[in-house]
Amino acid sequence: MERSVVIAGFGGQGVILAGKILAQAGMTHGLEVTWLPSYGPEMRGGTANCTVVLSDEPVGSPIVDEPSAVIALNLPSLDKFEPTVAAAGVLIVNQSLIGRAAKRSDIHVYAVPINEIATRVGNPRTVNMVALGAYLKATRVVPLDVVKRVMAEAMRDGGKEKLIAVNEKALDEGYAAIP
Amino acid sequence: MPVDIARMTKVFGRPESLTQARSTYCPGCHHGIITRIIGQTIDELGIAERTIGIAPVGCSVFAYLWYRCDALQAAHGRASAVATGLKRARPDLVVFSYQGDGDFASIGTAESIHAANRGENITVIFVNNQIYGMTGGEMAPTTLVGQHTATTPDGRDPATTGYPIRFSELIAQLDAPVYVTRQALYDTRRIMDCTKAVKKAFQNQVEGRGYSLVEILATCPTNWHMSPIQSNQHVADTVTKVFPLGDLVNRGA
Amino acid sequence: MRERYLLRGNEAIAESAIRAGCQCYFAYPITPQGELVEHMAHNMPRLGRTFIQAESEVAAINMVYGAAAAGVRTMTSSSSPGISLKQEGISYLAGANLPAVIVNVVRGGPGLGNIAPSQCDYFQAVKGGGHGDYHMIVLGPSTVPEAGELTMLAFDLADRYRTPVMILADGLLGQMMEPVELPAPIDMASLPAKEWAATGARGREPNIILSFDLSPDNLKKMNLALQAKYAEIRKNEVRYEEAETEDADIVIVAYGSTARIAKTVVRMARAEGIRLGLFRPITLWPYPYEPLRALADRVDTVLTVEMSAGQMWEDVRLAVAERANTPFYGEMGGIVPTPKEILTEVRKHAR
Repeated sequence: MERSVVIAGFGGQGVILAGKILAQAGMTHGLEVTWLPSYGPEMRGGTANCTVVLSDEPVGSPIVDEPSAVIALNLPSLDKFEPTVAAAGVLIVNQSLIGRAAKRSDIHVYAVPINEIATRVGNPRTVNMVALGAYLKATRVVPLDVVKRVMAEAMRDGGKEKLIAVNEKALDEGYAAIP
Repeated sequence: MPVDIARMTKVFGRPESLTQARSTYCPGCHHGIITRIIGQTIDELGIAERTIGIAPVGCSVFAYLWYRCDALQAAHGRASAVATGLKRARPDLVVFSYQGDGDFASIGTAESIHAANRGENITVIFVNNQIYGMTGGEMAPTTLVGQHTATTPDGRDPATTGYPIRFSELIAQLDAPVYVTRQALYDTRRIMDCTKAVKKAFQNQVEGRGYSLVEILATCPTNWHMSPIQSNQHVADTVTKVFPLGDLVNRGA
Repeated sequence: MRERYLLRGNEAIAESAIRAGCQCYFAYPITPQGELVEHMAHNMPRLGRTFIQAESEVAAINMVYGAAAAGVRTMTSSSSPGISLKQEGISYLAGANLPAVIVNVVRGGPGLGNIAPSQCDYFQAVKGGGHGDYHMIVLGPSTVPEAGELTMLAFDLADRYRTPVMILADGLLGQMMEPVELPAPIDMASLPAKEWAATGARGREPNIILSFDLSPDNLKKMNLALQAKYAEIRKNEVRYEEAETEDADIVIVAYGSTARIAKTVVRMARAEGIRLGLFRPITLWPYPYEPLRALADRVDTVLTVEMSAGQMWEDVRLAVAERANTPFYGEMGGIVPTPKEILTEVRKHAR
């Protein structure tokens, strides 16, 4: 089975890193994966997104017309990507920054106060991990503990051991935010 | 009384590092003297078996024919970049580029300055005859103000073509080069001085000191429309006024 | 199984070049291949090898010329506008029979264009972007692992035929990440010695490396030798992949990133009963004319899909001639066609 997710938000919300961690976790979990970023100046302060495809078989297109999931961290991302979610797919909406409800009724919509949760766990910059945790619960595409392990490794590689605990908590809280 | 050749001592000869190939240069041209000086230097330093020459585009495009050492022919202006690649690949080799004024100071400006600025451990021989010899006597970046060439038929006019560029002075502004000098060949004394300078420039490389540049003011009787003697006089009286002789950089010698 | 690394295409190419024994790498930074330069800047000096950030693309390719002449494995990389600047040096490398690897992570053009993925440099790569009667081997990877494999192969082919070899990638392949099993570094001592290299004339006649002969007769001989080499390469090195072509009525011809997108299209089309296959050239020069011609005899339609105005399409039509319909679908400006868009085009030609 092939699953895909577009993670989109403002530059600085960490969507690129969230996608990388998901892709790395998918690979560690034995899946075939691709990770494709939007790149260039648009990432510096504008809207950034990346697409991750996870599959049991070799991945063909890393570009996806109808992703099986979308994580929208801001309104422009919701406007752009809500219409693309595949039927019966998953849409995670960052309620903290997005004033409107999702319009689709043929998909699973989860409105999550991602920024509030991130602030509550102790670091507002963990929105990406809160969002990723919510996505993992909604799709169960990769086990949470695999993602935690990969995240911790990524933090260590970047010399940010101090941030491992808070990011783990963010993943947990995001995971718990989905019923 | 007949001379007994067997009892004579040989005091001057063709350097062993030069081939027997006949020069393609015009009568009175200084390229031949420079070729000999380089050959003699390679002999004296005993480096023929590890020297690589890099020939440019221009009258000295055939330079690879004169030396008994490995050689490359580079694209116009790129000899200093080619020398960089070769020397970095094989630091044990002795690499010299031989470049004219169009090659070194016009089309190769970027490559020339940046190889010097990196302090590449190479030797650059920069032959400045103020004209494009091979293509038929057009203006060079070093052509003197008022000088008549095929592309400045009324004389070089600074208002439209700028001034002769003192490229060695530009190189001398950089921190990395260890030796930058300007030499000439219009009389025996200058030839002796130039020989010493070339040897020093090679010696620097052999000792791993870094970038050395020898600019040599040369003649082009054919395209200057002068006799060889007039040409030498012209360098002594006029060219050296614009391009003064002497060392510009001589670090830690 | 070897360990898998999640790498960008740019990183896979860089790391494979290192493992292929690339001794000297020279480049000027340009998007979208910045990670390639940065990977080399980080790793080459640590291995005691040469990395130079050159003053220009022109200088970089000429440094490659010098290092190749010295007999070491050497590479440069860039993206479209930078590759245009390298054309002078590529022509000299071809003329002087020097082995080198050149990577083009293609972006939108012409002119400054943009930094988005494109395949608009096909003509420049395969038809000879510089002056003179020359070719270089052009390899078109379609996935990140393949980008690594073809980089290893590029160094071997460059040495075997003493020719420049180009990796023709694009911004999508350069930027995307995928799991890669990296090959073990090659044993440099196992490589044949380069007797022709400029390494110092010790106990032998001087080696002279040039792309030059004023005598038309001699230059003709030089050219004939080059052409004989190209004939040999055409005979030995054609590479391509066919997928689901056995029963196909329609085939897509696509290379690089577009080909992997087309693989998804094949799956989608088959799910709705369209017998679609894929023909993917891996060597873009030499082009797989004969196998494509043979395939064209068995199908109705050969649809070329490219991120250009139809550059490879010319080679497809040369191969197919009148044997099948040869429609074209392309995108330009850095727009990547999506599977759905290509499928819509396929449907137009389905029985």
